Amino acid sequence: MAAYIARRIGQALLVIWLAYTLVFLAVQLLPNDPVTIFLSADAAANPETIAAMKAQYGYDQPLLVQYFNQLTGLFRGDFGYSLASGQPVSERIGSVASSTLVLASSAFVAAVALAVLLVASATLVRQSWLKRFIINLPPLFAAVPVFWLGLVLLQLLSIQLGIMSLFPDGSFASIAVPVLVLAIHISAPIAQVLLKSVDNVHAQPFVDVLRAKGASPSWIFFRHTLKNAAAPAMTISGITVGTLLAGSVITETVFARSGLGQVVLQAVTAQDVALVQGMVLLTATAFVLVNLVVDLLYPLLDPRILKSGTHGAPRALVA
Amino acid sequence: MSIKLEEPLLQTLGGGADPGPNNGTAQGHAAKPKQRAIRSVSFWLTCAPLIVVVGWALFPSLFSGYDPISGVPAQKFQGPGLEHWFGTDHLGRDVFARVVHGTSQTLLTAGLAVCIGLVVGTGLGLLAATAGRAADAVTMRLIDVLLAVPGFLISLIIVTAYAPGPISLGVGVGIASIASFARVVRSEVLRVRSLDYVEAAFMNGGTYWSVVFKHILPNSCGPVLALLAVDLGVAILAISGLGFLGFGSPPPTPEWGLLIAEGRQYLASAWWLTTLPGIVIVLVVVLLAGLGRQLHKIFRF
Amino acid sequence: MSTIASASALLDISGLSITYGHGDEAVVAAQNIDLTLKPGEIVALVGESGSGKSTLSKAIIGLLPQSARILGGSINLGGENLLSRSERELASIRGRRIGMVPQDPGASLDPVKTVGSQISEVFRLHPQGHKLSRVELRAEVIRLLELVGIDTPEQRISQYPHELSGGLKQRVLIAIAFALKPELLIADEPTSALDVTVQQTVLEVFTKLARELGTAVIFVTHDLAVATDIADRIVVMQHGQIREDRPVLEILRSPEDAYTRMLLTEATASGDASRIATGMGAITVPAIEVAGLTQIYGRGKTERAAVDEVSFAVRPGTTFSLVGESGSGKSTTARMIMRLLEPTAGTVKIHGQDVTHARGIDKRELWRSLQLVYQNPDSALDPRYSVSRIISEPLENYKVGSKAERRLRVAELLDAVNLPTRMAALGAKELSGGQRQRVAIARALALGAKTLVLDEALSALDVLTQAQILALLEDLQVNQGLSYLFISHDLHVVERISHDVGVMRQGRLVEVGTATQVLNNPTSEYTRLLLDSNPGALLREMATN
Repeated sequence: MAAYIARRIGQALLVIWLAYTLVFLAVQLLPNDPVTIFLSADAAANPETIAAMKAQYGYDQPLLVQYFNQLTGLFRGDFGYSLASGQPVSERIGSVASSTLVLASSAFVAAVALAVLLVASATLVRQSWLKRFIINLPPLFAAVPVFWLGLVLLQLLSIQLGIMSLFPDGSFASIAVPVLVLAIHISAPIAQVLLKSVDNVHAQPFVDVLRAKGASPSWIFFRHTLKNAAAPAMTISGITVGTLLAGSVITETVFARSGLGQVVLQAVTAQDVALVQGMVLLTATAFVLVNLVVDLLYPLLDPRILKSGTHGAPRALVA
Repeated sequence: MSIKLEEPLLQTLGGGADPGPNNGTAQGHAAKPKQRAIRSVSFWLTCAPLIVVVGWALFPSLFSGYDPISGVPAQKFQGPGLEHWFGTDHLGRDVFARVVHGTSQTLLTAGLAVCIGLVVGTGLGLLAATAGRAADAVTMRLIDVLLAVPGFLISLIIVTAYAPGPISLGVGVGIASIASFARVVRSEVLRVRSLDYVEAAFMNGGTYWSVVFKHILPNSCGPVLALLAVDLGVAILAISGLGFLGFGSPPPTPEWGLLIAEGRQYLASAWWLTTLPGIVIVLVVVLLAGLGRQLHKIFRF
Repeated sequence: MSTIASASALLDISGLSITYGHGDEAVVAAQNIDLTLKPGEIVALVGESGSGKSTLSKAIIGLLPQSARILGGSINLGGENLLSRSERELASIRGRRIGMVPQDPGASLDPVKTVGSQISEVFRLHPQGHKLSRVELRAEVIRLLELVGIDTPEQRISQYPHELSGGLKQRVLIAIAFALKPELLIADEPTSALDVTVQQTVLEVFTKLARELGTAVIFVTHDLAVATDIADRIVVMQHGQIREDRPVLEILRSPEDAYTRMLLTEATASGDASRIATGMGAITVPAIEVAGLTQIYGRGKTERAAVDEVSFAVRPGTTFSLVGESGSGKSTTARMIMRLLEPTAGTVKIHGQDVTHARGIDKRELWRSLQLVYQNPDSALDPRYSVSRIISEPLENYKVGSKAERRLRVAELLDAVNLPTRMAALGAKELSGGQRQRVAIARALALGAKTLVLDEALSALDVLTQAQILALLEDLQVNQGLSYLFISHDLHVVERISHDVGVMRQGRLVEVGTATQVLNNPTSEYTRLLLDSNPGALLREMATN
């Protein structure tokens, strides 16, 4: 058990480090350094201001020094500075993050619930036409652009029916609708994977044995299938963290909510590479942490995982 | 952290109601699935509309007689009807014409993204699956990183540093799709490679490359082809989303996401400006996903 | 049919017809089946794959796949027609009145639930009278585990299926099936996935319980030998029809149906162990000679010898069989001989040449004279290739002959493995298992290999197909002077083909000698155990009389 946890944590740190290094390299590959890019839109900027600003944010130091300074900063929770506002990235984001966090996490919970609901009804419904219909919902959900679904709902609910305001006013609808829009989008991959995984489980002989014991379909589904089928769905849920962020930004834009979306848009418009870089690192860290949690949950679901350890890496081809 | 996604990804591709490959009780009937599938109605029902969409991209003026850029101000804000299928916008431009003319922009950007994903992803996947343990471990961690950094943000870095535009978007979205290709290629190659006939090919005098090209790649292409179609849809979604935020081509170029963003200002008065182009996007993505499922079935060995 | 529906029948099936699929593609799986079972009777349903025996057994317990369609007939259990019951009513019958022992114990227990909870589930599903308390349930589970001969049941209760061996898992499944003392038990190939020694103990537990509790059993099997060992009556099925339905002794003494006779002949046929191989001169270089061959996996604590100092020789023009249960190291040995696996120690000589460390060109040359035939005919051939392309692939790779010459050679090879020349154009997917195995043999012989390693090459085939391939192998050996290293777990087949036999256990070669010697007068205890566990005692008795 301890070995399993240690290995997973080690891998997580490795991925964060690799992500940092790749982003750092990518920023170096840009035609100019972040300060020059930031000031390129500013006609008043002269070489002196550029040099002064570079010195202020440490971009005048040798590359290796920059690399290590930023890397050590990472472990102190320092994700760099926004060039536009001069604030630390964490502060700039922290001030608005709670709103986005609420949206994203409630959408995530709703998405998982929706996915399980869809799969359970697809599995347990008797009528084949209804089953077919439910099975085809997730692929449809996956194809609907978040921003479009948001706009169509706004159009319908606030303009046609008048049951919600165009702008966030704290009413239930103005909170629930954005969450729903995002949840539908996020639930699609989870439901698709869970559905396939349930199919795979149902193809296994032990399900026949359960039926031979006299178990009903719902007994089998809730007491056996779900636990067996959960691992792939959990994996994909962990991976949706990235999508969740993009979806939140778009949802916030559509529903005129404040949050990370605004910061991102401002950063891009102001050509603030440092701020975007900081957000990338923050997201990557969040992603890695969530997936670490998922990894650590696996053994609770499936006792075989600790036993077998990692799945054997492939050997080289013969010859 | 290590994410074992091969299964889920392939599972998503396998899609909904398709029966598994091995439940055919009768051998004789499974003889020529490829021909059967190509002749099947559902295959052509999926392909025909997609071919029309490709037609929009190649010869837009064949499909719509209206000018997508300059409109007739007198005809502004007309609802959908026989004359203007999708209605007209605030400048009196035909929305259907703008959708048709925007196709090439959207498809080219998505195509660029998918090409990047396919080429780099296939390379990485092959490397991971055939070059030994060390290469596999390194590649898989690299793929974890690609998954950890959302494609959305990769695109934004590029857009921030260069300029908003289709190339920046395509490259960003493309980098994001490398991971899925690499995973599918790796797991497929691993699956095929462990089959007896691959080993037999070596014992019958095959060299590394001859076996890779004659047996491994052809037999693992099915899921990759399927992913190609699905990923094109995903890329279209991502690109229209970024276009909606204003990071794609600047107006007045018609691009699907941008069209919807423009229509947003007239949400109260002209619902068709946002709704109808969106339905086109949904249909195209659904059809591409369907095509992916069909390809997966046809090229299953 | 000799069955007469009597009033005392427990199970009475009449006129049952089942198809899979619909329209043009419908396949008839069972056709107008009549079958009766008296209480406590054990009936074996024997047939090859596709004979409809599994379909019939699944129909009785109501577990047919959705693609199956019941066209007509009735299945009466104790007087009530199961086919007219609702799914809910069936669920209350399953597990309580009809039990099932599945085919593959490895995958038949929920991997994420403990053994104990899976046994007690039966009681929770069918509460009788008062609800059992936790303590009572636990006691009941322990009693069942003891009943099927599982030691330390208190510990087993909290274990997960992956911590149990295949034989133990099957015992747990038997405990589940017998938990509520059903009147009827369906056992679908319950031991075909087990090793022969395990098979015997499991069969003993199973039949003992059935006899004690007076449970009627439908025992589905492809193995006539197993059927004769345990059943009162044998029902032979072919193409969805019952060919013969009579008590065991009658069927053994005087089979009426031609198909039954064929199965019986195959089951009792034994090799002529005294036959002399062709082309054996006075001084011969062994086709394969291994000495001290060792393969060690793992390091430190986990170190384990998969193959431990194995030495033997295959005389040219003869068949050497390597026998053993799963995990005995016989396939690992074969892979080291084929140079697909680097041995930890020891030497391998092929036709006198030391190839232990052959690589590159040497290895390519080795494979011209030494070839492997795989167990699974489904994965041995590239499904995208035609038969002619498969067989000519080695010729192309070694640049042998012109295009026309290669085509001629393919025709010649097809002829040698008794396949019609027109098959050359077919795709690998269009062939049956036996045909695929013939193509695999033809491919192995394409470059003129003199020695074949056959790794369980017959195990995936039906009995009659096995017999045909065996005959082919014997022909090829006589005509072309081939030497075989024959890897198998099936003593019956080994007996028919071998000149020499080696018995492996846990990586060691425990006995080696001529076939007559090893099979008739084994010196090692393990070989004796293997021979004793081999099903078909009654059959052998009949054959010798």
